[in-house]
Amino acid sequence: MCLNFLMVLKNKKMPKYTEDHLRVELESKEYEYGFYTDIESDTFPIGLNEDIVRAISHRKEEPQWMTDWRIEAFRAWEKMIEPEWANVHYTKPDFQAISYYSAPKAIDPNKTLDDVDPELLEMYKKLGISVDEQKMMNNVAMDIVVDSVSVATTFKKTLGEKGIIFMSISEAIKEHPELVRKHLGTVVPQKDNFYAALNSAVFSDGSFCYIPKGVRCPMELSTYFRINQAGTGQFERTLLIADEGSYVSYLEGCTAPSRDENQLHAAVVELIAMDDAEIKYSTVQNWYPGNKEGKGGVFNFVTKRGLCEKNAKISWTQVETGSAVTWKYPSCILKGDNSVGEFYSIAVTNNFQQADTGTKMIHLGKNTKSTIISKGISAGKSNNSYRGLVKVGPNADNARNFSQCDSLLMGNNCGAHTFPYIESKNPSAKIEHEATTSKIGEDQVFYCNQRGIPTEKAIALIVNGFSKDVLNKLPMEFAVEAQKLLEISLEGSVG
Amino acid sequence: MLSIKNLHASIGDKEILKGINLEVNAGEIHAIMGPNGAGKSTLSAIIAGNENYKVTEGEIFLDGEDISELAPEERAHKGVFLSFQYPVEIPGVSVTNFMRTAINETRKANKLEEMPANEMLKVIREKSELLEIDRKFLSRSLNEGFSGGEKKRNEIFQMAMLEPKLAILDETDSGLDIDALRIVANGVNKLKSDKNAIIVITHYQRLLDYIVPDFVHVLYNGKIVKSGGKELAYELEEKGYDWIKAEN
Repeated sequence: MCLNFLMVLKNKKMPKYTEDHLRVELESKEYEYGFYTDIESDTFPIGLNEDIVRAISHRKEEPQWMTDWRIEAFRAWEKMIEPEWANVHYTKPDFQAISYYSAPKAIDPNKTLDDVDPELLEMYKKLGISVDEQKMMNNVAMDIVVDSVSVATTFKKTLGEKGIIFMSISEAIKEHPELVRKHLGTVVPQKDNFYAALNSAVFSDGSFCYIPKGVRCPMELSTYFRINQAGTGQFERTLLIADEGSYVSYLEGCTAPSRDENQLHAAVVELIAMDDAEIKYSTVQNWYPGNKEGKGGVFNFVTKRGLCEKNAKISWTQVETGSAVTWKYPSCILKGDNSVGEFYSIAVTNNFQQADTGTKMIHLGKNTKSTIISKGISAGKSNNSYRGLVKVGPNADNARNFSQCDSLLMGNNCGAHTFPYIESKNPSAKIEHEATTSKIGEDQVFYCNQRGIPTEKAIALIVNGFSKDVLNKLPMEFAVEAQKLLEISLEGSVG
Repeated sequence: MLSIKNLHASIGDKEILKGINLEVNAGEIHAIMGPNGAGKSTLSAIIAGNENYKVTEGEIFLDGEDISELAPEERAHKGVFLSFQYPVEIPGVSVTNFMRTAINETRKANKLEEMPANEMLKVIREKSELLEIDRKFLSRSLNEGFSGGEKKRNEIFQMAMLEPKLAILDETDSGLDIDALRIVANGVNKLKSDKNAIIVITHYQRLLDYIVPDFVHVLYNGKIVKSGGKELAYELEEKGYDWIKAEN
């Protein structure tokens, strides 16, 4: 069974409603924000212009400052050009052929899990995903609604008692405008790059999290998040603030395959770790990678960055197995003295997938430390690139970095590439870089076979061994799922 | 137990085995000796099912069943074990994890439940004591950074864990100093029973001082050219392989 076989993209039905209709409507009425739309359909007309940006903001009932912020981003985006430096090749999306707003999908009361593709259900079973979560992911109403609601309520209550704010960013804009306004765009500015600018203009939804001073978040922000993240759309925006001396471990994504109908995904994640705070951010990404011939699949162009104040620590851990094209560099700005940045990554590419991923560690403060461990696994005809920057500023005395980039090749038609950049402006900096490239050998597979381990299982064992340093950094329950995911993603890749 | 009939095999266009006949019964130890390039390692690889070699003629029977068409893991599930001359490294996979996977895959193939963790630990403890293996060694990555002696001892530890019906030890003595050789040989002798059989492949008579064979076969130029009791090994040691070469 192959991952690709599981996911068939459905054609989205576009209403016969054009931009011209919208413009007429926009011009004909006026509303409190100087703008009006009465679009009731769940999907906006395709295309992007200032009116669409205003319409999104209006639809989400955002305050004026938020609308202005989006418009500012949009105007910057219009002047920008799509970057081409990444080691990936694809047909550029037509930004005027995309619809920029879809309401979250409603639960279909007549749908049951029996209506869901059995192959997909089989996959969930392999990954050990609970029935409730399966339903959530497929917009199936839950039989035991009480259970999930009570779980969510318990979470909310526990978090609430500690003063932790955890909600969608749309809610946060309304309920905690002062926090959002103060921090949004401070780590990833609107004009940071082409996709960040696009996201800033049109972001659909995402998560907001604030951990108050000195609070240690008592749970991994995982299950609750996973259940609630379904349908956040293609332009996700996450803002996570850990106030002084606080700690949070945050899990994003899901090992289950996402059958997303949107080809382009451009998310932005901003993390702020104030003095003595620690953020552990783990991601598992498994979007539709396209079929075996390389047709279709999600383009994932993400900007993730964290800011560390004094003695703060940010740790990024990612397991990337999905998407046709991935462009992603979770980074740390080590601004405060003694701050620490970590990046642990496993990126798997199979068939025709392309990934250009890595990190940037920007050392600005004194005694700042960073660790990079990147494991790239390429199979099929895929290409997997590590791209990393370690930058040491003139004031970053005694900055330390250790980077290790390992690539594992399966077969003769895939590629592994490493692009490490080092810029040091401080003579006391110490930067180490190690890199290895290896291939799963026939002799290794035969050795396993001889001990009774079939080839697929042998590959999984070897791949898991290769990825161990990173898998160990994931929270326990996530690590088990991720391990199975690696296995499934590479099924049939050696034969 | 093992019955090889008129086995011919080649790699590429080169014929390496040219009609091997061999009968091995339960409870026996057979030694196969011969000069470099005689086909000793090829024979062991073919019994284990290495697909780089092509069997062009003949059959291999295990307990009356023709196994020549089976995949290597299927042969392993039926109790064939090969102690490799050059064991491979698998970084990040501990010896324990590797053994757990191997045992459970074999049990699964034989329609048995997975071995419970406590039982697994018990067996690991027993077998590591048998082979005088430090338990810390078992959490290291498989063969990675192991010395030559450690690699070979680890092979025999795996043999002890898997309890094969037929064990083929391919040049297990190469790279071993005399102490390691004694430990490995003692281990093998302890594992020996009237239900299993062992084929020892070696260049030298040295190992056979410790693991005493019931039969010795001399392989030369792809054929078994001489068979006899353990005294044949001493004769070879004395006269050298030139004696065999001259006769053939």
